[in-house]
Amino acid sequence: MEPLDQIKARIEAAVPGASVEIVLNAGADGQRSLLMDNPHALAVARFLRDDPSLRLDYASNVTGVDWLDAVIQEKRKVKQVIEGVEREIEETTEQRRPGYLEAVYHLYSMELKHGPLILRLRTGNRTDNPRVPSLTPVWRGAEFQEREAYDLFGITFEGHPDLRRILMWDEFKHFPMRKDYVEPNDYEYEPTPHDEVLEKTKRHYPA
Amino acid sequence: MIATPESSQYELRPKRLADGSVQGDLLEVSMGPQHPSTHGVFRMDVVLDGERVVKLKPVFGYLHRNHEKIGENTTYLGSMPYTDRLDYFCSLTNNWAYALAVEKLAGLQPPERAEYIRVIAAELTRLQNHISLVGFLLQDMGAMGTPLMYAFREREKILDLFESLTGARMMCNYMRFGGCRCDLPPGWLEQARQVADEFPRFLDEFEALLSENEILLSRTQGVGVLSRELAVNASITGPMLRASGVNYDIRKVDKYGIYDRFSFRVPLGEHGDVYDRYMVRILEMRESLKILQAALREIPEGLILDPKAKLRGFRPKPGEVYGRIEAPKGELGFYLISDGSPKPYRYRVRPPSFINLTILEDLCLGHHVADVVIILGSVDIVMGEVDR
Amino acid sequence: MSAPLLGQGIIKGLVETARNFIGSYVNKDRLVTVQYPEERLPQQEAARNFPFLVYDGDDSQKGLRCVACLICEKECPPQCIYIVKDTVRKPDATGKLQFQPKVFDIDTSVCMSCQVCVEVCPFDAIKMDVEYELSTGDRFGSLLLRKAQLAKANQYYHKIHPAEAAEVDARLGAEKARAEAKAKAAAAAKPAAGAKPV
Repeated sequence: MEPLDQIKARIEAAVPGASVEIVLNAGADGQRSLLMDNPHALAVARFLRDDPSLRLDYASNVTGVDWLDAVIQEKRKVKQVIEGVEREIEETTEQRRPGYLEAVYHLYSMELKHGPLILRLRTGNRTDNPRVPSLTPVWRGAEFQEREAYDLFGITFEGHPDLRRILMWDEFKHFPMRKDYVEPNDYEYEPTPHDEVLEKTKRHYPA
Repeated sequence: MIATPESSQYELRPKRLADGSVQGDLLEVSMGPQHPSTHGVFRMDVVLDGERVVKLKPVFGYLHRNHEKIGENTTYLGSMPYTDRLDYFCSLTNNWAYALAVEKLAGLQPPERAEYIRVIAAELTRLQNHISLVGFLLQDMGAMGTPLMYAFREREKILDLFESLTGARMMCNYMRFGGCRCDLPPGWLEQARQVADEFPRFLDEFEALLSENEILLSRTQGVGVLSRELAVNASITGPMLRASGVNYDIRKVDKYGIYDRFSFRVPLGEHGDVYDRYMVRILEMRESLKILQAALREIPEGLILDPKAKLRGFRPKPGEVYGRIEAPKGELGFYLISDGSPKPYRYRVRPPSFINLTILEDLCLGHHVADVVIILGSVDIVMGEVDR
Repeated sequence: MSAPLLGQGIIKGLVETARNFIGSYVNKDRLVTVQYPEERLPQQEAARNFPFLVYDGDDSQKGLRCVACLICEKECPPQCIYIVKDTVRKPDATGKLQFQPKVFDIDTSVCMSCQVCVEVCPFDAIKMDVEYELSTGDRFGSLLLRKAQLAKANQYYHKIHPAEAAEVDARLGAEKARAEAKAKAAAAAKPAAGAKPV
């Protein structure tokens, strides 16, 4: 498969107005991913599926990831002049990054037997705008997996044919896989309590 | 006088009107979670027109244990026993998929002997999964347990091998990051060779019992046809995909482990019906035997765990990885995001059975209710994996 | 795959079934059932069910290998082990004073027999038992195994896992011999060091 920068250039040429960024990956694997903007995501997905040299017709894994509001610390070495001597000191800049939900797509090609290409779609924020376009019209295999991302994370996929809860029951209120999910208070007797369960035990059995 | 529908004063069936439409109501049946033929706690809301299926909606989540959240709250090593319980028939391949993903994340490399043991364990798992599946499929067809019990008789031999190797028959918890947990006990290789040598004779008997059976042929040929384009678009993987004619086997595409050293063919089907899925699995078993016998011959001596691997205090560097293998049911993948702590930030299982269920409705439309059970049996689902 | 005579496939299948049925009377390979509980299959060497604590010698208190390091409690995935350290210390096999557990509970209704506690224990104190007939009528009381029920002798460990127990004994014996040799060398070096100022 072609290198990621080339794919990015071709996407931007084929779908005008699409802004695609490359997201780095610091792990040993090093596989980078493409972050797409929401309005053009469907057009880009169609291009990726139908382009003759890519033919990414197999959406292997569709999942959601929850990123909370975080403070990212960046350490940089800055040259500063102190008392006439130029020295290099480490400067820490803090940046507040607002939280969002992310849908990650792993794409492979069954025809050309290459891959993977990782796509990311981000929602605006976690509270009132968790919307992302659905790629089910392009890859039917994303149907159940997007339903699961809706069920467990609360990401609303616009354009999904049948967006309902799939693993939890329909009347369930919250989103279990979010990082700030609070479990219901259904304590049962626990003979070997540890950590959080120990706190719950102390609350229920003060003796 | 014999009562005919026209002569009877009771309305036995809906009247067919002049324009061909049928006057009557559609019946909605819940083939509920407690059902002997639904392979676990699985429910289908089926809307029937007489005996034919008009609409089918699968409902699951009865075995949902939120395995992914448990994975976020447990260390990497502690999640390994939980992966056994995903697809509980094939615990060794689940372990391998997870170990592969973490090894890719941390940059560990298992030694030769460990790779051979992994291949042997995976192919034994594939054998016992496929014969169980054929047994259950025949059970659903009404064969009252005979093929199932023959399949289980052979499966017991393989489970005995697993027990002497790992300590448990099903929940093996055997693979570690960088190799395997413990070495082969003395005499295991001879026992495994004996099982692999006796298996073809059993497969011949099994095929003599089933493959020309007229009842099987008439109930499975032409039922639940899945076209190539729909299979690829719906992310179907595994024997179900190959029965529709798409040549995609991750052992050949990704060449993970040491699969490029073994020569084996990939059986493909032509029509994509239930009979093709059954035959693809039988043929895959014969190819698995080839790999198994080759691996049992060539296994070298040596270490079984990467010397750089740590058991406790394992903290991979931040990053993300997607590792996948060809599990007996399809593509089993693990997507891990690490943030440098001992517990993963995001732990995701890509379940083959869950995704293979996407097109269940498309396959069953227009068929009888009895065919729905057979089509579901040929999709090969395990609720532990569908619901996680 | 079409047969010239309709029903030939079914008859071929019935021949197979008959062969298995009659074969089960004459061929031991084909009769695969065991009349449990009158006859039981022998268990494999490596089989595992729930953990137990090993003690050396005869006294289950003084010979207990566990030093309450709490590693198994931390690594257990479903967190079914509960340990309370005792304030009283006891000497271990090499004579060094070690901690001991006052309370050591394993909840077998939670334990999933994953054997991670056995792998991470640095003192070979906890091993896997093979006892599987453990059903009781009392869900909360009897399924929680306490230290007294868990502590079993080293001879029992030899009986259920002979090869593993022999290897563990060899390793611990070698460690003990090394510790004794070091202690003897230190005692021999002391008067010599006293003669010469170091």
